[in-house]
Amino acid sequence: MVRKARRLAAKAGEPVVAMTKSHTTVSVERATLRLAGLSGADHEKVPWVNHLVDAVRAQVGLEHGVTTPVFDALLRDEAPDLLTLAQKAASGSVQFRLPGKDDRAAAKRAGRREVSRGIRKIDRQRAVRDELIARVGNPPKTPWIYLIVATGDIYEDIPQAQTAAREGADVIAVIRSTGQSLLDFVPEGATREGFAGTYATQENFRLMRAALDDVSDEVGRYVRLTNYASGLCMPEIAALAGMERLDMMLNDSMYGILFRDINPIRTFVDQRFSRQVHARAGIIINTGEDNYLTTADAVDAAHTVTVSQLLNEYFAKEAGLKPWQMGLGHAFEVNPDIPDSFRIELAHALLARELFPKAPLKWMPPTKHMTGDVFRGYLLDGFFNLAGVLTDQSILLVGMMTEAVVTPFLSDRDLALQNVRYVMNAAGSLSEDFNPPKNGFIQTRAKMVLGEAVDLLESIVYDRDEQGLPPLLTAIADGTFGLMKRPATAGKGLDGVVTRADDYDNPAITLLETGADR
Amino acid sequence: MMSSVKQKYERRMEPVVVGDPSAAGTSKMVRAYGDTTGDGMVQLSFTLPLPHDKRAEGAALQLAKKMGMEPAMLVHAKAMGSGFTFFVVYGAVSHVVDLRQVKVVEREFPLLSSKEVNTGIRDTLKRRLVVVGACIGTDAHTVGIDAILNIKGFAGEKGLEYYSEIKVVNLGAQVLVPELVARAQAEQADAVLVSQVVTQKDAHLHNVTQMSAAFREAYPAGRVPLLVIGGPRFEDDAAERLGVDRIFGRGTTPSEVASYLVHAVQTKGARKRPAKKG
Repeated sequence: MVRKARRLAAKAGEPVVAMTKSHTTVSVERATLRLAGLSGADHEKVPWVNHLVDAVRAQVGLEHGVTTPVFDALLRDEAPDLLTLAQKAASGSVQFRLPGKDDRAAAKRAGRREVSRGIRKIDRQRAVRDELIARVGNPPKTPWIYLIVATGDIYEDIPQAQTAAREGADVIAVIRSTGQSLLDFVPEGATREGFAGTYATQENFRLMRAALDDVSDEVGRYVRLTNYASGLCMPEIAALAGMERLDMMLNDSMYGILFRDINPIRTFVDQRFSRQVHARAGIIINTGEDNYLTTADAVDAAHTVTVSQLLNEYFAKEAGLKPWQMGLGHAFEVNPDIPDSFRIELAHALLARELFPKAPLKWMPPTKHMTGDVFRGYLLDGFFNLAGVLTDQSILLVGMMTEAVVTPFLSDRDLALQNVRYVMNAAGSLSEDFNPPKNGFIQTRAKMVLGEAVDLLESIVYDRDEQGLPPLLTAIADGTFGLMKRPATAGKGLDGVVTRADDYDNPAITLLETGADR
Repeated sequence: MMSSVKQKYERRMEPVVVGDPSAAGTSKMVRAYGDTTGDGMVQLSFTLPLPHDKRAEGAALQLAKKMGMEPAMLVHAKAMGSGFTFFVVYGAVSHVVDLRQVKVVEREFPLLSSKEVNTGIRDTLKRRLVVVGACIGTDAHTVGIDAILNIKGFAGEKGLEYYSEIKVVNLGAQVLVPELVARAQAEQADAVLVSQVVTQKDAHLHNVTQMSAAFREAYPAGRVPLLVIGGPRFEDDAAERLGVDRIFGRGTTPSEVASYLVHAVQTKGARKRPAKKG
């Protein structure tokens, strides 16, 4: 059954991967320029990578890749360096062209040389992480305790994150400002204003990583930093995360499509590139299966989580991520008023553990059934923590009793960590004794969910339409996931998708796929 | 249970109620309830930005006293990091609540069954009622609007999509106001439902005010669709100020919204709409 499920996931995923290989996007091209060292923005905060990609697109199109015309222009001395070229391009004073055969080879060589600097920076950061872990060590116990910080102001986030680390957090996630996923550019610099979160920028990444390096030394364990490679700028954020040594990135194969109405082709193309970068950078991805359970009933939709995990696993593996980098997600969202709700939770959590034995599973706390009764919520979070240790989850997102009430107070975070510590201390090794009988309630329920997942995968794989789209895209258009219908011909960011020409070249993809660093 | 016990023994318990003597015997004055009527007991937790020591505990008690707790018992104090202390305080609050001065928005419409909703719409409009829903601005929390609109529904009740006489167009998250207005016009919406969860920097208020203004601008006077907003942080009586017809708060169920819509179109009367082309 498990093998069949994986085979079906591969069958659903393969045509999508083939499609991504024949397309590029504005964000993939901008990420490539970022790897080549182009950063910064004009006085109106429009990043130079946006200017340069837009200018190339307007003059010669992006179907050949942005680097060939860009480095050809540099070789023709249109500008002394990338930044100046972008500035001149922004004012319309650069002529781009598609070079002839000899000039093209030279441009490609130059492009590869510059882009490889960014790749080597990612390699160096990965080595630095390994050294730091060797020196200060990993957290002594699993699950790793994952805590969210989100003030909107990076300079407020920093002391909060350091305090959280001192109080036991192993992973700090800086939630992004609500609107960022739909911005088609990455904001610049240190930011002090955001809505329900802090903007993801290269400078914010750098500041927070440096602050956590300090606190890692102090607490004697490497404190990991998480952000979001999702939305319209997924590839660029991934590149910045690799260069600034972020350790985990939220990166789901279908989240943007279903929950943000981003065009499916844009999402899959961006996602493959971002995952190739994450693979190279030694970053652990976190997938977003919790979202299926907050929009649908957690019992009825349990199998959609499994299907999404299997698809996420397929796409991750295809992009070069190793099992230890696949933080597949799931969540504790069964209605606590139904009988046996905790046993059902255990069944779902155990199924994920058994399907993905080597993956650092990410276990996410109740949100949908947090009512505002903070006392009841605190108990529910305790049961969530218990389910986490019983089923050997790897990354535990700490539940807040103030969920759905207010942004957590300092004291709410402290109480939440006490809850986790109590459960880990009292029952941390209980998974040893937890072997539900084969034909008991829990195992039966797990088997049933897996069966439903296989059925759903089968219906996806055989979903056909006249246009010859990959069946998975047809299924997404039909509303198979989460009741949301997302056709491949609509959605945000569609105008940033470009079909590759035969001579498309992207040195970043070449370096990522071959493993070369020059 | 509680209320029947109270009714039965009300007369006997009345003298225990401590409050304004002029209100005695009318049961209009209440105090907080711990385990005895009239004891005024409450629990309170808070943090002070002070290291945990005797002075911090004294400061916590002083704050409790200023909040009307007298006597206050400091039952728990715990250092959080080096500069903060968390406190739990129990105590009697001297304040008395005068029920006559409590204002609430009573539901102005009867709750209808789904059948009554459908017949109500048919009888009034002679056609289906069109509802356009969205989360506007940067708000991506569709939980509220989905609970009301999706067939799946909320609290055991089916959402508006389930009603045969309601046509639902759910635009989802992060919809821009002009886009919402355009879709409402294109769909000839009778009602527009908007949900707002994110309240940072009063985003919910700004977004709603902007939305209602945009509708008033786009439609001739008196022809604006019903503007209905929902979210956990709106004040009950803010509808007029925000330029909308009705606000729904936490825990609202789809049938309440459906019943309101029927009530509203019945009182407003069916608005004339241009005949559909084709």
